[in-house]
Amino acid sequence: MNTRTLETPATGARHRRRGGLPLALLRRFVFPFALPLALPVLLLGGAELAVRGGVLPANLMPPPSEVARTLGWLAENGLGAHLAASTLRVAIGFLAGAGAAVLLGTLVALDRRAAAVFDPTLQALRAIPSLAWVPLLLLWFGIDELPKLVLIAIGAFFPVYTGVVSGFGGVDRKLVEVAQLYRLPPLALVRRVLLPAALPAILTGLRTGLSLAWMFMVAAELIAATRGLGYLLSDGRETSRADIVLAAIVLLAVLGKLSDMGTVALERRLLAWRDDFAGSDFKGSKAGAQP
Amino acid sequence: MSFLDIQVDEKRYGERVVLQNLRLELARGDIVSLVGPSGCGKSTLLSIVAGLDRQARAAVRLDGKPLARAGVGDGIGFVFQEPRLFPWLDVTRNVAFGGAAPAAAPEATIQSTTPALTSATARDTAATVEALLDEVGLSGYAGHLPRQLSGGQAQRVAIARGLFTRPRVLLMDEPFSAVDAITRIKLQDLLARVARERGLTVLLVTHDIDEAVHLSDRIVLLDRQAGPPRAQLPVTLARPRARGDAAAARLKAEILAMLDLEAA
Repeated sequence: MNTRTLETPATGARHRRRGGLPLALLRRFVFPFALPLALPVLLLGGAELAVRGGVLPANLMPPPSEVARTLGWLAENGLGAHLAASTLRVAIGFLAGAGAAVLLGTLVALDRRAAAVFDPTLQALRAIPSLAWVPLLLLWFGIDELPKLVLIAIGAFFPVYTGVVSGFGGVDRKLVEVAQLYRLPPLALVRRVLLPAALPAILTGLRTGLSLAWMFMVAAELIAATRGLGYLLSDGRETSRADIVLAAIVLLAVLGKLSDMGTVALERRLLAWRDDFAGSDFKGSKAGAQP
Repeated sequence: MSFLDIQVDEKRYGERVVLQNLRLELARGDIVSLVGPSGCGKSTLLSIVAGLDRQARAAVRLDGKPLARAGVGDGIGFVFQEPRLFPWLDVTRNVAFGGAAPAAAPEATIQSTTPALTSATARDTAATVEALLDEVGLSGYAGHLPRQLSGGQAQRVAIARGLFTRPRVLLMDEPFSAVDAITRIKLQDLLARVARERGLTVLLVTHDIDEAVHLSDRIVLLDRQAGPPRAQLPVTLARPRARGDAAAARLKAEILAMLDLEAA
């Protein structure tokens, strides 16, 4: 069994390169995007034709080409400040909410007394739709930055908290037993066994929390803001500029997708060891069936 | 004086007494199998010896010294029914779980989640692991992740992990019951060889009478009723043992008869 050669990702890549350079370039840069892009291209083209043909009213449904022009115009007229304001709010609110959730979640998951103290209350608070806090936050903190950040933090908190608690709670008892056999002290047990084992659920929580942070940023900016994508949305509505509204929506989609891609990349990097369907693309081939 | 001396006064789960007045003595280098019906406390007995069960009223002495808080640090190694490898660690790090973190194996195909260490102790550890993998027939697999291993390979890694701390006693809880028949035979032969070469004392829980007869110096039959063993049968067949030997078959029939008697 010592002389057995194993197929590695490198040999797999060699196989894929068969077929010459042009085909390789097509495979690398065109094929992966052709299928995902087919539907959006079809929809956008259809909308463009429908508006130009008079099927849809242009003031309510501006053609995609006009939305693109509006995006260009916005880019030269303060779009950067709007993007920066929204992104910064999401970043600060998410970091605060997710940070608190990781700390509290870890405490609740690892300490039975802390769980008895905190978990029932947090579960009750979780049942409140987060937007219900808005009037209270406005009363307490006015209409400045603070209520927006707090709302985003609340939105990000609960998915992360749930992910952390269920992640630690779901760690295989049998693996913990191995750690006990080796007499791992509590901190090493957390670092070497519990945290890696809980990581998939924690990362899922972080990912959900981040997407909720974007959602609550929009809600917060719709209510009161002088800058940001949510402000663009409400400004576009008030001035009957559907093109601005659509442009803001497109930007939200792009930003949301980018931040989600970031967390997915992090997941792939940290969870490459997982033997699951989603990970099957980048796993080395199974070693021979030699027992 | 016996090398491993196990005295369990009482172990209960709630109201149910699982083990009671059980005395088991193993000489150095003995391979002893525990056989008995499900729920008779075989695995619990191993947990007590390994120090995983702190509730039992029991005393375990190794080489005359009491094991107050037993565990791998006291020269005890443990192999579970399942490999129980940490899926995020490569084979090297799994084997060396009880020691210093080893350097990354050069043939690692997938980035491990823990950064590579290159200190002298780490290199020592990697060398130790490489030797162990060689011993269990898995050289070249140091950088593999558990998900890249077959069931038998994973159990070999688990055995290597059990040996990493250089135990004098190896406790095994049905270690070969989850693999296919041919793999099981190979792993049994592996255990017999490793135990002989290392002079290991082995306490093996098994449901497989053939396995018990093939590997053991003594077979301990436990009852569902807590108490002293029903019987302790010495196995005097010469080693290395041939499978399907007539004397082995007679011994197996004898054991099966005793187990049947109980089931009736």
